[in-house]
Amino acid sequence: MLNWWLPENVATFGDEIDWLFHLIYWITGITFVLVAVTFLAFLFLYRDRPGRRARYTHGSTPLEIAWTVTPTLILVVLTFLSLPAWSRIKMSMPQTDFVVQVRAKQFNWEFTYPGADGKFGTPDDKTFLDEMHVPTGKPVRINLGARDVIHSFFVPQFRFKQDAVPGREIAAWFEVRKPGKYEAPCAELCGFGHSGMKAWVFAHAGADYDTWAAENLKGEAAPAAAGAKPADATPADAKPADAKPVKTEEKAKR
Amino acid sequence: MSATTVHGHAAHAEHEHHDLGFIRTYVFSTDHKMIAKQFLFMGLFMLIIGGALALVVRWQLAWPETPVPGLGMILTETGGVIEPSHYNMAFTMHATIMIFFVVMPILAGAFGNFLIPLQIGARDMAFPTLNMLSFWTTFPAALIMIAGFFVPGGHAAAGWTSYTPLSSVAQYTGVNWGQNLWCISLFVMGVGSMMGSINYITTIINMRAPGMSLFRMPLALWSLFITAILLLLALPVLTSAAAMLLFDRTLGTNWFNPSQGGEPLLWQHLFWYFGHPEVYILILPAMGIASEILPVFCRKPIFGYHAMAFSMIGIAFLSWIVYGHHMFVSGMNPMLGLTFTITTMIIAVPSAIKTFNWLGTLWGGRITFPPPMLFALGFVSMFVIGGLSGIFMASTPVDIYIQDTYFIVAHIHYVVFGGSIMGAFAAIYFWFPKMFGRMTNNALGHVHFWLTIVAFNVTFFPMHIIGVGGQMRRIYNPMQYEFLQHQQHWNVIMTVGALVLGFSQILFAINFLMSIASGKKAPANPWNANTLEWLAESPPPHLNWGPRIPTVYRGPYEYSSPEGPEDWLPQDRLVVASSS
Repeated sequence: MLNWWLPENVATFGDEIDWLFHLIYWITGITFVLVAVTFLAFLFLYRDRPGRRARYTHGSTPLEIAWTVTPTLILVVLTFLSLPAWSRIKMSMPQTDFVVQVRAKQFNWEFTYPGADGKFGTPDDKTFLDEMHVPTGKPVRINLGARDVIHSFFVPQFRFKQDAVPGREIAAWFEVRKPGKYEAPCAELCGFGHSGMKAWVFAHAGADYDTWAAENLKGEAAPAAAGAKPADATPADAKPADAKPVKTEEKAKR
Repeated sequence: MSATTVHGHAAHAEHEHHDLGFIRTYVFSTDHKMIAKQFLFMGLFMLIIGGALALVVRWQLAWPETPVPGLGMILTETGGVIEPSHYNMAFTMHATIMIFFVVMPILAGAFGNFLIPLQIGARDMAFPTLNMLSFWTTFPAALIMIAGFFVPGGHAAAGWTSYTPLSSVAQYTGVNWGQNLWCISLFVMGVGSMMGSINYITTIINMRAPGMSLFRMPLALWSLFITAILLLLALPVLTSAAAMLLFDRTLGTNWFNPSQGGEPLLWQHLFWYFGHPEVYILILPAMGIASEILPVFCRKPIFGYHAMAFSMIGIAFLSWIVYGHHMFVSGMNPMLGLTFTITTMIIAVPSAIKTFNWLGTLWGGRITFPPPMLFALGFVSMFVIGGLSGIFMASTPVDIYIQDTYFIVAHIHYVVFGGSIMGAFAAIYFWFPKMFGRMTNNALGHVHFWLTIVAFNVTFFPMHIIGVGGQMRRIYNPMQYEFLQHQQHWNVIMTVGALVLGFSQILFAINFLMSIASGKKAPANPWNANTLEWLAESPPPHLNWGPRIPTVYRGPYEYSSPEGPEDWLPQDRLVVASSS
């Protein structure tokens, strides 16, 4: 129920997040209904009527212990359900050879692939603006940084969010299950162009990704040539990408 | 304690003169009641500005890039269309003004000043001159903040949180003196707030009337006492951070600028170390106010007085060690996320205790529904929603998704509007007779309440829905995102709600001003309440009490006590053969 609230989840750890979301949704929802019904019932039952006198009581120790202990237990359980999920998502990094360097700047995302030699910082690196291509079924490691102010890389359908902080590189990961084209807005206020700062993440099923990579990543060390064929192998529902590969002119400035 | 206090009051009284002239009575007054009114009027005036900015934001979100009716007079070059830079400025200043110049001056400033001496049975604050200086520091701070709208480059536009380096390097926002004035204003405001909080703490500790032990204090006093302690400890952190930011911007220091070796996350740690206690500074007085009003209109004692006091103390302690939950995805070491999850979950417990105790207070009562009670009940019910939505954020994995979405905006508004502002309205309706010596209009108060609570929920509840749908906060135009376009109708509904909410406050303004001018004369104790302020005349004279100050014999909530035939028993009434 109420899945229409959340956009469709297509990433692996999204299941855990959605499960916790719905668990808390039910706990808080039921609590709210109980409190609201009690509240309204008391307002009705104990409204002022002639001849009544209010009950003179200062409290009830058993009741107060009960409503201290019950929420505490529920919150302890929630804590111990949340912590392992958090450590799996943010504190561990699955083994993967797929690494993309992501740099945020006012008001674009730059995605850099290591090119044929598999190393960053070499002339055959390929950088794409506001456009990221990843394979499905494989953990994707991103090394996230920012060139000017703080941004936040948010992919709602991956349940992924991580701030990009200038001066440091933050490693994060996700694994996409379903091929498609997903919007990746900036979620942290970054200036007058914050709204509309977004990228598209194209998730390709295995062979499709290889095709895309062969056409776009394996070229010689001539970034201009790579720009000739932007994103041919996007899924059928994707519009031709308007993003262009850009030169990898700079290291992250410190 | 009591003997010295009485002596102190007597000595104090001799120095005062009743005929002080206009300036000393109405402008540079040292009378806590006049200073309270000054804070109240300032807060309500700033509420108009903050509210208007909110409507500008809402208009843009519902009908993006269309001219706002009437705004063409100010934004002549765009014909009333809000541009992204205006938009960023509007939500930044909406939050800044509402938090620092509306809620804090009204709850802590006005009601702290008004209630503390009256409820403890003192003639004035411990340091009346410092009290006056506190207002006359806060007021220029508000003027400096307003001045920021008129400088070239516009006002601060980096969010009320002013994350660095967006806020610390002028070229990133194009804002120059606006952000500087923002820093200066908060610095000055922080100094004023510290003066006030020292005064509150000293007064409550030293100047309580004979018999007024700590656990006979009304819960409003407990809340103001704890708020003052939080203010005293939290505001220096904000003022220091504001100074560091200003130095980065003007003197070439590099606390926060990574391109020069600074650390942007340092700002977030400083800001939220202040910022989370600040949230409780905003809500604790409203909790105290609700705890004060519910017993009066239920005609029964507050349920679990000690639990109410200790839960506020618990909140105050815990509020220092939860701030990291604002920074789960900031790049802070995720290991810290684990500890902050635990503390954040724990801080929900005292709030739950308070809610259940308010329900317990209703149980078996004899409830009447005048406007102050309606707003107090509105506070309780909206605070329940705001409290429960907080649990989503406490769970770190869920927070990854809802961080920086409208879910957060919904939560903060249920707590700060549904909580603090509802509490402020309850307090104004409740203590208006005591402050101004006149009653407010009952019918207008009812209409004001029902319009407010309905429009409030229409405005803010759908924010949960679009937030879970993924809409980010602080975006200028949701229609720029394909995944948000299907929920745009909610933005229209919310804006209609916000317009109704905004304009229904005109009823409050009419009621407030008309009642000051020509309301029915108020008796000393219109609500048959027990606490000491209702012993004084309405409005209380200079120095509050007649020749002798009241003596306290019992706790504040002895309603429907079997000791007497009436259903109230004031704190100062001596009942022979009583065992309380």
